[in-house]
Amino acid sequence: MNERRSLFILCCLGFGFAFLYLPILSMVVFSFNASRLVTVWDSANSPTLKWYYSLLGNDEILDAALISLKVAVINATGASILGTLAGFSLSRFGKFRGRVALNAMTTAPLVMPEVITGLSLLMTFVAMQQLIGWPVGRGLTTITIAHITFSMAFVTVVIQSRLSTFDMSLEEAAMDLGAHPFKVFFVITLPIIFPAILSGWLLAFTMSWDDLVISSFASGPGSSTLPMVVFSKVRLGVSPEINVLATLTITVVTLIMITVAWWMARSARIERERLRS
Amino acid sequence: MNIPGTAPAKPAPWKDPNAKPYVQIERVTKKFGDFTAVDDVSLKIYKGEIFCLLGASGCGKTTLLRMLGGFETPTSGRILIDGEDMTGVPPYERPVNMMFQSYAIFPHMNVEQNVAFGLKQDRVPKAEIKERVATMLELVKMSGFAKRKPHQLSGGQRQRVALARSLVKRPKLLLLDEPLGALDKKLREHTQFELISLQDKLGVTFVVVTHDQEEAMTLASRIGVMNHGEIVQSGTPSEIYEFPSTKFVADFIGSVNMFEGKLIEDEPNYVRIQSDELGGTVFVNHGISAPPEAVVWAAIRPEKIFMTTACPEGNDNVVQGSVQDIAYLGDLSIFLVKLPTGKIVRVTRPNTSRHAESITWDQQVYLSWDSSSPVVVTR
Amino acid sequence: MYKRSLLKRLGLTGRGIVAAVPFIWLIMFFAVPFIIVLKISFSDIDLAIPPYKPLIEWAGHNLIAIKVNFNNYVFLFTDHLYLNAFINSIKVAFISTVLCLLIGYPMAYGIARSKPATRNLLLLLVVLPFWTSLLLRVYAWIGLLKANGVINNFLQWMGLIHEPLPMLYTQFAMYIGIVYSYLPFMILPLYSNLEKMDWQLLEAAQDLGCKPWQAFYKVTLPLSRNGILAGSMLVFIPAVGEFVIPALLGGPNALMIGRILWDEFFSNRAWPVASAVAILLLIVLVPFMMWYQSVQARESAGDRR
Repeated sequence: MNERRSLFILCCLGFGFAFLYLPILSMVVFSFNASRLVTVWDSANSPTLKWYYSLLGNDEILDAALISLKVAVINATGASILGTLAGFSLSRFGKFRGRVALNAMTTAPLVMPEVITGLSLLMTFVAMQQLIGWPVGRGLTTITIAHITFSMAFVTVVIQSRLSTFDMSLEEAAMDLGAHPFKVFFVITLPIIFPAILSGWLLAFTMSWDDLVISSFASGPGSSTLPMVVFSKVRLGVSPEINVLATLTITVVTLIMITVAWWMARSARIERERLRS
Repeated sequence: MNIPGTAPAKPAPWKDPNAKPYVQIERVTKKFGDFTAVDDVSLKIYKGEIFCLLGASGCGKTTLLRMLGGFETPTSGRILIDGEDMTGVPPYERPVNMMFQSYAIFPHMNVEQNVAFGLKQDRVPKAEIKERVATMLELVKMSGFAKRKPHQLSGGQRQRVALARSLVKRPKLLLLDEPLGALDKKLREHTQFELISLQDKLGVTFVVVTHDQEEAMTLASRIGVMNHGEIVQSGTPSEIYEFPSTKFVADFIGSVNMFEGKLIEDEPNYVRIQSDELGGTVFVNHGISAPPEAVVWAAIRPEKIFMTTACPEGNDNVVQGSVQDIAYLGDLSIFLVKLPTGKIVRVTRPNTSRHAESITWDQQVYLSWDSSSPVVVTR
Repeated sequence: MYKRSLLKRLGLTGRGIVAAVPFIWLIMFFAVPFIIVLKISFSDIDLAIPPYKPLIEWAGHNLIAIKVNFNNYVFLFTDHLYLNAFINSIKVAFISTVLCLLIGYPMAYGIARSKPATRNLLLLLVVLPFWTSLLLRVYAWIGLLKANGVINNFLQWMGLIHEPLPMLYTQFAMYIGIVYSYLPFMILPLYSNLEKMDWQLLEAAQDLGCKPWQAFYKVTLPLSRNGILAGSMLVFIPAVGEFVIPALLGGPNALMIGRILWDEFFSNRAWPVASAVAILLLIVLVPFMMWYQSVQARESAGDRR
């Protein structure tokens, strides 16, 4: 009976992963297709790299990629700082005035539909411009502010989760040995939770890099992010250059993940060997 | 510690009315909401002592220790260390250091950096730090491990690093939270004696929290037994063991046989107790202070009861029973003897000789004890 | 002597600043915006920049006129388009959540029961698509589902059909898109919950006479309730307001409220109406968001035990 159940589970896993990866695979394969129709395989001229050259010469896409990169880096850094502060407050400070509000505001963006967040932020920027004259128009600044607001929620969750398993006696020991609480945070807590902060940074970076809806609301003329450019192209149908972009993105992400996984496995192996000796 | 042939040692500081206490806990209470963790505790601890707070979990001993360290603030009362009022002072400003139950070694620093951490906070010059760290590592026998990271050390080694880290600052008081709890039995015994020798060498005052009575009895110069946030009795290990002041203390330390009874004779130099549980009388050769007709308990330790097959002389302090159960532990044997009244008495006997009178199950035996052995407790 | 009161004050301020910085940011850029949206939803539309009339105006002679216009809301309730869109969105989101659960639960279960070595690999495989752009992956389905797309070409090549099936720009395509995009959001909380399960409970149940499927139904399922709820909320709530997938895969008949909001805003420049839509959407979703928060709180309280 157990075997039959395992077979069922195995089938589900197989089907599920096939479902997840079929589209990705098809995009990669067709990025080498010479035909402009993308999904009709032109066996006479394929496989070819011509769309790759075309993409790399496409200024519109490259400019948008640069903008996305700038926004994503600033956003990730800002969101990491704010998210760490929020996560730290929520998990350490017990009950304080405004705790419920802070908790709600850092979990709501996780589930809220992006159209709502985007709309409300744009209206706020317009109202602010009317009231105090800043921000002037919409552009990189407003996109970055909007991204930081929603991606800091993700960082907060990561940090909170890390701090919940953190050994408090380490901080108490540092205080006991003479370090003031602020010093304890920077010299003891921060170095130890650094991997969590780093993964929060990467999460915020990815959220910003891929974001379409909020960017569309918060952007202005001349500040199109990469997803916005992609969207305007694919609204009209398939485009081989987008397939190339997809392939490049997947390759980069896969390489990074493999590196991380390999590095983690290596550390675990070293640890096991050391314990044995 | 009287060595024969030398002059008698000075009286113990807690017996000397002129001695000034090093740590004074004055009527300290700690409440968490409705729950009282520490209830009106007053204690005097003297310089160079190893004072153990002993009690079951939840009795308040850890809370009291944390208040000494500055991690909790008393709801009321004062704490004075070396004459100064330290009641609200935060931990990073106290001349007190703590060794945590989990050791709390900083995982991202090596052994040397861990031990030097406290000195760095005090802005001690680099050369002096190096020297003091090296000396301390030598003292705890961890000199070769200076550059190792904590995850490369065993539990016992980590403990020594924690000890070195706290002691290198030459604190006035060292607090230890269940220091031997995480070690296995053999290592525990070894470390107990190491701790005592270290303390003796450095002359630091220790306050130790533990739930293990063996640990307390071995380490302590004095023990404070705690229950429900109060200090029930404080004294030297032998005082606590031989002269418990309450039923709780008598029962908590070691094993004890309690016989409930009434005072039938109450004289200044002896008392006689009639106990229905015992089915006989207990004669105690010293006076006690209790109201007349009071209900009292006679507490007799298992090792102080003699077990014989022949009936001994005298009417007091003798009962007859049959052996119900025997546990052979190698160095001693524990006998559970059932009295005609139904009460089970616990008797321990060292196995001094292989050919001693062997007693088996269901055998009829006589239990007897000295008139100086029972301790009378009134609560 | 130890400046205790000063230190206390410093300590309080220190903590205060740490919590205040993110708090103020979120008030300014998260909480206040909703109030502004609420305000605008009560405004008149105006052919100006910004395209709405102010709420409070000077009406001369020391009078202030506050115009609260409920027309926008009335319009939404009476026009069938919006009502249908709301209902359709909730229906689509609900069905997608159920589908995600049916596919995702066995996957999460399989990953949680596998050996630690394989487990990390499988988790990596689940998370990998999540890190690649959602937009690009949804785009991939265009290529798969269109008339001369991969699936149609394959089926025709196999001889199973003679004409391409209309899959793209249908409700069906939208379901595929939503389930596809949100599957990792269902798997991860479920996995996190199942991973903490004590498998000996299942063995105890079987020891006491339960057949394996019964044990699953009576023990595993109830204990994974928090994971199911968390995963479902993470799929349902954002799916209701989803825009990208209906825009790319759904046809003009795919009425999803997120898309309506976008069109009202960008195409019609009808900011007050769009705001009203947003407010109503929020009102519908807030109970679910609060439910999600309470499930999370229960789960972490259980962890601390």
